[in-house]
Amino acid sequence: MTAALPRSLTTRAVRLKHHWVDRLAHVLIALIAILLVAFLASPLLAILLQALEGREGEFVWFDNFIAYAKTPALLDSLWNSVWVSCVVTLIVLPLSFTFAYALTRSCMPFKSLFRGITLIPLLAPSLLSAISLIYWFGNQGVLKGWMQGIGIDQIYGAPGIVLAECIAVFPHTLMILITALSLSDARLYEAADAMGTRAGRKFLTITLPGAKYGLISAALVTFTLVMTDFGIPKVIGGNFNVLATDVFKLVIGQQDFPKGAVVAILLLAPAVLTFGVDHYVSRRQTAMLTARAVPYAPKASPAYDLLMTLYCGVIAALVLAMLGMAVFASLASLWPYNLKPSLRHYELGLLDAEVGVAFFNSIKMAAGTALFGTFLVFTGAYLLEKTKGMDNVRGLVRLLAVLPMAVPGLVLGLGYIFFFNAPNNPLGGLYHTLTLLTICTIVHFYTTGHLTAVTALKALDSEFEAVSASLKVPFFKTFWRVTLPVCAPALIDMARYFFINAMTTISAVVFLYSPETKVASIAILNLDEAGEMGAAAAMAVLIALSSTVATLLFMLLAWWVNRRTQAWRTTTR
Amino acid sequence: MASMNPTAFLDLRHIRKEFGGFTALADINLEIGRGDFVCFLGPSGCGKTTLLRIIAGLEVQTRGQILQNGRDISLLPPALRDYGIVFQSYALFPNLSVADNVAYGLVNRKTPRAEIRQRVTELVKLVGLPGSENKFPGQLSGGQQQRIALARALATSPGLLLLDEPLSALDALERIRLRQEIRALQQKLGVTTIMVTHDQEEALSVADRIVVMNHGVIEQVGTPMEVYREPATPFVADFVGKVNVLPARRVDGELHVGSLRLPSEGADCDVRVYMRPEDVLARPIAPGDLHVFDACIDKIEFLGSFCHVHVASPALGAHKLTVYLSLNFLSEQSLQVGSTVTLKLLPERVKVF
Repeated sequence: MTAALPRSLTTRAVRLKHHWVDRLAHVLIALIAILLVAFLASPLLAILLQALEGREGEFVWFDNFIAYAKTPALLDSLWNSVWVSCVVTLIVLPLSFTFAYALTRSCMPFKSLFRGITLIPLLAPSLLSAISLIYWFGNQGVLKGWMQGIGIDQIYGAPGIVLAECIAVFPHTLMILITALSLSDARLYEAADAMGTRAGRKFLTITLPGAKYGLISAALVTFTLVMTDFGIPKVIGGNFNVLATDVFKLVIGQQDFPKGAVVAILLLAPAVLTFGVDHYVSRRQTAMLTARAVPYAPKASPAYDLLMTLYCGVIAALVLAMLGMAVFASLASLWPYNLKPSLRHYELGLLDAEVGVAFFNSIKMAAGTALFGTFLVFTGAYLLEKTKGMDNVRGLVRLLAVLPMAVPGLVLGLGYIFFFNAPNNPLGGLYHTLTLLTICTIVHFYTTGHLTAVTALKALDSEFEAVSASLKVPFFKTFWRVTLPVCAPALIDMARYFFINAMTTISAVVFLYSPETKVASIAILNLDEAGEMGAAAAMAVLIALSSTVATLLFMLLAWWVNRRTQAWRTTTR
Repeated sequence: MASMNPTAFLDLRHIRKEFGGFTALADINLEIGRGDFVCFLGPSGCGKTTLLRIIAGLEVQTRGQILQNGRDISLLPPALRDYGIVFQSYALFPNLSVADNVAYGLVNRKTPRAEIRQRVTELVKLVGLPGSENKFPGQLSGGQQQRIALARALATSPGLLLLDEPLSALDALERIRLRQEIRALQQKLGVTTIMVTHDQEEALSVADRIVVMNHGVIEQVGTPMEVYREPATPFVADFVGKVNVLPARRVDGELHVGSLRLPSEGADCDVRVYMRPEDVLARPIAPGDLHVFDACIDKIEFLGSFCHVHVASPALGAHKLTVYLSLNFLSEQSLQVGSTVTLKLLPERVKVF
């Protein structure tokens, strides 16, 4: 329709002059873009290049992939990874769905207790459950006889991996499904009741379709988490090889970088797929529920509630048994001969094996991740959501901010080796430093923090910045006086998430540490390799303990900050 | 469009705005006089809010020039323009007290603290909420919050006040009360004001001049009375107030509306006749009056003191007409559905398009 206009009038688009304040925002967003390119995009590209290069750095097209496909042992690992991940998904999904259903759709007592217990595994490195399993079913395990009674010869290998992964991923799946089942519209059930619909039909026609996207998302997340987990197969896998352990062996053991890169790309594929599907699905999910929906309130039904209580009790007991065994074994003097409690393993781990240093490193790294990660992520999200201009850079930042969700830690860590260990990289000085470990962890968990920040920022009136500009107040003042205080709870949430994950992460940092910058979760792996099972358990318990303390401290902080900044929320008319 | 004010305070020249391939504003030319209260009126999507945001610098025109007080502000960022703005969502800072909200723009100007406090007290009183300084916005009702937003926008004594559908989030009674308050305040302060609204009644009741917009173009600019009585286009006639539309034919200087004949100038052609319900009278009708016809009452929509009465008449063929009749008239004449009523058209009020 513009064709009819005189050419002279359509050629030059008007552009506003920039206020220096806008320029500041542009510089900041460019800075964030540079950081994300340097510490996320470049390492990932390095993997891609590495996979296409030979050992001498020559370009070999897909030779590495072909060589991989011709190695039967490696193909076995691929198959192992896939079927184990499928089995875990098939077991965990119904279990956690029932649990989430009990929490959201029944009137059973102790809901928050059950929920709290099943979320505890998030506070420890995932390999804690593997260590516990070894104490229960390992060579000197308490229940080894039972296990062999039902036909499983030994826990090391697939059975151990499946069981341990089930416990480790359960809380992740559970959280997704709780969210999915909470998004329900009571009016649908009332309408169904009014038409005299039976319970089974209501479940099949209302509940399941409503939670469909949550289920898909949970299944994909479970599959990817298991596929890319490193700690559990390392501890309990025995001779059962999976992709994640292959990467480690290829890169650290055999220094075969090109093949390592090929495996990394194989690990990246399901994660990217998951990310894509999840992104699509989450859009559909929000569109389904209107703002007018009435939340579902379950009605008491003694028999059903009792059944649900029993079920959740059993699951919670299993989780507690798992954690309890680790604690118990870590305190036992000499398993299984002398079970008298002592702090021998803690001493051994912290002092003799110098995990004390590693533990201190972990705390430093977690604190750094929480502090700088929250600062960086929130600033980035703010600039994206609330400032204008630089649309191309903005698009890049938006993309890179959600990309980490699709990158398994193992792959990210590998990219860091390839990129920062390259001989002519000016940033090479960072390699092996705690700084790089911290940066890597921030990038690894960037997306969740980013989404939390974006949600909090979207809840703010979009015209605050416009009002500020009309009042001649620069955006950073409004950021300081309004945005930051209002978003304080979200900031604390982000910091806690960063801290806990930094404490427990293994996959990304396993490639990046040096003896001086070893962190506690890695030290556990080393202890386990050295056969110091008790000390490994002790250190894992210690991590869980410090995560718990940190969580409590963050809760305290949240309470204090809420009192100071959220007074306006509680007041009523 | 005739310029009513030779020294326009705000002068929009050839403003055009495109979003991708969509033309939101085609070619807007508008002059607004100092101290005027102007309403941008139109259905949603007509471009009225976009135009307001371009004046505020929150949206950038694709082309065109804006002069405010003789200064070219076309390329200035919002912070360098001179206006206060109030949004539909109030946009009050929830974590700051009413006093801090109102003082938000003053603090940045290094105004002495005592002066700020005095100004805040004055403004809060001005908008009718004295003593609310220490409350949080969440403790106020919607109407009260909007008053505070108004106080905040006026705090720095801007030369131009922009109101972006300020009343549409409020309930009906509050809306009427606040629009009168805004009008009174504006007249007291003499600040040039632009209000965007889709509510024609609101625009008619407060504006000095109304800018009726549709599909990115200005349909008419005029006083409320001009816009209502002399609509420039069928769209304006239809959008502002209620109107009866009848097909007609002009033959030899006479309009043939059904069997009625009205005087009309122009070439012979098919036309549409627009007449307001209140321009079809039921009384006074004297014997010998022209353009009188009998109609049968089809439906009575009871609205209180007045009723919308739908009538059909053989004189108008198949077309029905809506007229306003007072409740008293209906009961005096004991009129009900099915009754016959005698009506008269006012040919001078009829618009032909």
